[in-house]
Amino acid sequence: MFRRFLLLTLLCVLLAALPAAAQDTTTIRYFTFSAAPDHLEDLDTIIAAFQEANPGITVEVETAAFADYFTLLQAGVASGDAPDVFELNYENFVTYAANGALLDLSGMVSAEAPFYPRALEAFQYDGKQMALPATFSTVLLFYNADLFDQAGVSYPTAEWNWADAVAAAQSIRALGEDTWGLFSPVQFWEFYKKAGQNGECSFFNAEMTESTINSPACVSTLETMISFMNDDLMPTAAELSGVSDSELFLSGKLGMLVTGIWMFGAFQDATFNWDVQIEPAINQNAHHFFANGVAVSATTQNAEAAAAWAEFMASSETAATVRVESAWELPALNQPEYFEAYLEQTPPANRAAVFMALESPVTPPVIERQNEMQDAVNALLTQAVDGELTAQEALDQAKAELDALIQ
Amino acid sequence: MSQVMSWNRGIQRWKWVAVFLLPGLIGLTVFVLYPIVSSFWLAFQDWNLLQPPEFVGLSNFQELLADDDFWRALGYTLTFIVLYIPCVFVLGLALALFLNQKFPGMLMVRAATFLPVVASWVVVSLIWKWIFNPSYGLVNAGLNLIGINGPDWLFQPQTAVYAMVITSVWKDVGYIALLYLGGLQNISETYYEAARIDGANRWRCLRHITIPLLTPTMFFVAITLLINYFQMFEQVWLMPMRDSAADRQVEVIVTEVVKNAFSYSRMGYASAMSWVLFVLIFIITFVQLRLQKRWVHYEAE
Repeated sequence: MFRRFLLLTLLCVLLAALPAAAQDTTTIRYFTFSAAPDHLEDLDTIIAAFQEANPGITVEVETAAFADYFTLLQAGVASGDAPDVFELNYENFVTYAANGALLDLSGMVSAEAPFYPRALEAFQYDGKQMALPATFSTVLLFYNADLFDQAGVSYPTAEWNWADAVAAAQSIRALGEDTWGLFSPVQFWEFYKKAGQNGECSFFNAEMTESTINSPACVSTLETMISFMNDDLMPTAAELSGVSDSELFLSGKLGMLVTGIWMFGAFQDATFNWDVQIEPAINQNAHHFFANGVAVSATTQNAEAAAAWAEFMASSETAATVRVESAWELPALNQPEYFEAYLEQTPPANRAAVFMALESPVTPPVIERQNEMQDAVNALLTQAVDGELTAQEALDQAKAELDALIQ
Repeated sequence: MSQVMSWNRGIQRWKWVAVFLLPGLIGLTVFVLYPIVSSFWLAFQDWNLLQPPEFVGLSNFQELLADDDFWRALGYTLTFIVLYIPCVFVLGLALALFLNQKFPGMLMVRAATFLPVVASWVVVSLIWKWIFNPSYGLVNAGLNLIGINGPDWLFQPQTAVYAMVITSVWKDVGYIALLYLGGLQNISETYYEAARIDGANRWRCLRHITIPLLTPTMFFVAITLLINYFQMFEQVWLMPMRDSAADRQVEVIVTEVVKNAFSYSRMGYASAMSWVLFVLIFIITFVQLRLQKRWVHYEAE
């Protein structure tokens, strides 16, 4: 008796669920790392606007922290359960595009969206638009104006080169035993950017058949980077003793810091005056161009709807203005009126430097075995910093390892 | 007739056994057996998770032989074992002999020595990172008092290894002592009585009664320590200071496996590496079992 009753209930539930499934709505799953935890409500605002403009499409959000995001995404792709639309940073974009995990969006998105051409190019693979640039970020020279005043040196200008920065750093370092001149980390990302400032140094030859990371220009670039530490203008890792570079800056003990514009928020509470400037040049200006893109899975069942959402997320006015207003990264759109509100906020007063930096963008060298390259280069750079290897020796070894990785 | 009856009753009983075993068996199959079998299969494949696995024969193993990073990781693993196991082996015994005394408050002392064992590695590593901090840590402050300028501990590869060994000994010695304590309390008092009547002093008692009768425990300790420390992971993953030379250079086999699997997306290569680790542990344990006859005395014999 009881069993029959159970079966009947089950049947009723199934029957009730059927019409809902048959209804004509498309649900697409969107996987993101940049929304959680601070911008989930902003994302909901964008989704609401999209769903209103596209009745019949529902966007379902899944989030993960950046550290876990790519493991989860790979697991999804591997098990045939990839989200329809997902975020990708530029370095990972190449891996996904090369492995055929992305849908070609070339014919599916309108050509009118005002993307920065450089940003749009970054997400092309084999001449096809395999993702859309959603946001960008860059790195600038942050400086403690109070320390500059105390040391009696003038503020950084857009015409500075690193020799000017070093001269100012020496004056600031002289202010006290625990006051440091500048901090510019010695790691993979800084190195390829400073290589861009040198202009002659690139990690690979144009055909990507061989690494050129041990060229004289690269060696001299690395020597410049290490000299900040050797000349005692910049604290070593042990001298920092686990204090981060941004904490050192916030404590008012650091004259200049090379770091990302994502720190604007964290530095709002600083008890001193600070501002930003574009980075000093070696032979020319060069700035990071970190881009996050939105891609559609090659295996999606709802390509049209997914592409529509990807495009809305990347280039709609709603998405752009929500991002700017909530300081949730900057849209990669060449549309100055979207950024007016952003430019008016202070500090820093010189927010225009963010857009000046975009005039000399450098994208990271990218190979399929990206993380291995980064780890290998980073390990050798620390050995050069510690004086275990000379810059030349470290980069000779790096060349050997990179050559093996691109085989 | 009665045979059929008992046959049926047998099935009836096994049905219930199966019902109660099932939850455990499902867990074992899904989370242990299946991964073991599939990792063996993956060891012969090239798989980046994005495209279907591709059979590559033994090439993962060939690459392993020529991989400097793997040999370096194996070298660090052996360094850890050589520094750590003798320390914890001897200190654990000394602590157990001490804890085996009977005086008031000993229960508290025993509990205190076991606290680090139950603490999580995350907590332990945070505390010891403070202690080893070169600028404001306890260790270098203490060294300063006696006029020694302490090293950068968790920033440099060499000193980081020592720091991690010290932390591991501190964390594990209570557990090893507990194992020894169990062994000590199993030794019958009559042996000591007989020895004392014969005029043996404490050292001779220790040398000729305690240690020989403790060898089965020592054997167990040696085997589990070696197996555990070939698989060491937490301290190396957690303790070196971020972005320091130690962080970028010190790797052991399991951290190398994790990096290859989850950072480099080389599932096949990581699986091959973990099978090599399994074979290494298997051989070493096998050799230990064969050598046991030479030095382990069981009381019954």
